[in-house]
Amino acid sequence: MATVPANVESASVSSSSRTLLRRLSSGDEIARLVTLVFALTTVLITAAIVQQLWVNSAESRHAFGWRFFVSQEWDPVFSKFGALPFIYGTLVTSALGMLIAVPLGLGAAIFLAELAPRHISDVLTFTIDLLAAVPSVIYGLLGVFILVPLMRTEVQPFLKHKLGFLPLFQGPAYGIGFLTAGMVLAIMIVPFIISVSREVLLAVPREQREASLALGATRWEATWKAVVPYARTGIMGSVFLALARALGETMAVTMVVGNNPRIAASLLGPGYSIASVLANEFSEATGTLYLSALIELGLVLFLLTFVINGLARLLILVTTQRGSGTAQV
Amino acid sequence: MSTRLLWRKTVNMVMLSLTGLCALVAVSALFFILGYLVYHGGKDVNWDFFTKLPTPVGESGGGMANAIIGSGKLLLLAALIGVPIGLLGGIYLAEFGGKTVPFVVRYTADMLNGVPSIVIGIFAYAVAVMPVRHFSTLAGGFALGIMTIPIILRSTEEFLNGVPRAMREGAMALGASKWKTIYGVVLPAARNAIITAILLSLARVAGETAPLLFTAFGNRFWSPGWGQPTASLPVMIYTYAVGPYDDWHRQAWAAGLVLLGLVLVINIVVRTVLARGISVQRS
Repeated sequence: MATVPANVESASVSSSSRTLLRRLSSGDEIARLVTLVFALTTVLITAAIVQQLWVNSAESRHAFGWRFFVSQEWDPVFSKFGALPFIYGTLVTSALGMLIAVPLGLGAAIFLAELAPRHISDVLTFTIDLLAAVPSVIYGLLGVFILVPLMRTEVQPFLKHKLGFLPLFQGPAYGIGFLTAGMVLAIMIVPFIISVSREVLLAVPREQREASLALGATRWEATWKAVVPYARTGIMGSVFLALARALGETMAVTMVVGNNPRIAASLLGPGYSIASVLANEFSEATGTLYLSALIELGLVLFLLTFVINGLARLLILVTTQRGSGTAQV
Repeated sequence: MSTRLLWRKTVNMVMLSLTGLCALVAVSALFFILGYLVYHGGKDVNWDFFTKLPTPVGESGGGMANAIIGSGKLLLLAALIGVPIGLLGGIYLAEFGGKTVPFVVRYTADMLNGVPSIVIGIFAYAVAVMPVRHFSTLAGGFALGIMTIPIILRSTEEFLNGVPRAMREGAMALGASKWKTIYGVVLPAARNAIITAILLSLARVAGETAPLLFTAFGNRFWSPGWGQPTASLPVMIYTYAVGPYDDWHRQAWAAGLVLLGLVLVINIVVRTVLARGISVQRS
């Protein structure tokens, strides 16, 4: 009797090792392991990015602590580094971009999803997708040579003339500055808002529209009061997705923002952003503390976009799963 | 008609036209961009542009042959890094995945996709430039390669999941092992879609400037081998556009036109020919 369990056990061991052998020889197990390694490489790289940013910013974190985030001084010569003007510039330019891009993008998405005939909508969406593929340095190029002169000679004098009593629109018109950067950002992020919002709107069940129209609503009332509220969470998601892009956008902002670390009420004046200071000063940074302070700025930017992106994906996931579930993000 | 109804109809008309206007503005942006580039850069895109090195400041003429080759080398490296990791990782997620590992991989891939490109540049600087103490083509290609991984990975997974179950079962019923099924049936079925995703991811990083600024850096001459700093089209556009010389500005416009033309042609060809009816993964 006592030998039976042992027999069973050895039998099961030998049969499981035989199964393993068979699976190995058929290649299935090898394929699983190899692909697993490559899948985990992605995780490894992401973890390494966080680890490198953390380790290489150690000197700056120890030297300045939390003062790094409230100090306005950025003086490489005297090794004084404060991040506030850059954080301010990043937030202000992104906020301006969103202010322009959200209504524009949402309007266009409503048109494409609700009003336009299918084939027109498809062609326009294709064009919008191409717009999303335009490299940011091209936006910067047009910003420098087309938008900046236009802002200097037309838009900014006009704003000063009409709205000059507000502190937002005072000071000399340089052409470059927060407002110009915000406008370039707006054009860059509009495609993202449109394509995600459109898909979220298309995922809204038909009944939602039909019920509203049957009650006598006009086309606009049905869209605005029945469809858009239903897709609200997903639209918020697309907005956050675009915000994360705006915060991390480097080249176009660097080329038009003016690259001057200052905090001022006027939107017409030059400013700076986290990504721009990295682009401009990183390869020329002398001294380990300077480099470490720049890498800490990179860490701040990483965390900022990480949080906003996480929020965006959560919101989009919630709406598309509640809807018909056909939209892909 | 009551005034109330009239008002509602007016609001309806006005708002609907406004949404149309929004769409028109967004779409026309592309044509403005293209138009300006052709207008300013068209006449400087000539044979010299593709075959000559940049001339010293003050001399007109010259081209960006080194930047074009440089961009090509960087993209080759990016593909060598991004395609194996993205493709095989995607196969794992779609075909072998359990519950926990795919969740973690998917989550981090989406996270990686959202990392600003300049931060990827810092990472590449920290691991590929700092240890050897000089800028190199390899470091630049490494940075671009990382950026392609999440796009290829998530698209591959999505397209493989789209292959009908019946095809897998048919292969299995004929006695094929799981790997044979994937290799011989599932992958070929999704081939065009996956190639689309790979090409689009390369088109996207072809225009990336920020991660190259302190990895591949720049170079006014040819960059032999893989260990030297190299010029690339996007970085040249940036340097020339913010520089003070008119000659540089003209070259920047020409380079901008070439780069945008390249990116748009890849996008249009791939989306219309290869990817008919495939929804392409967006960031």
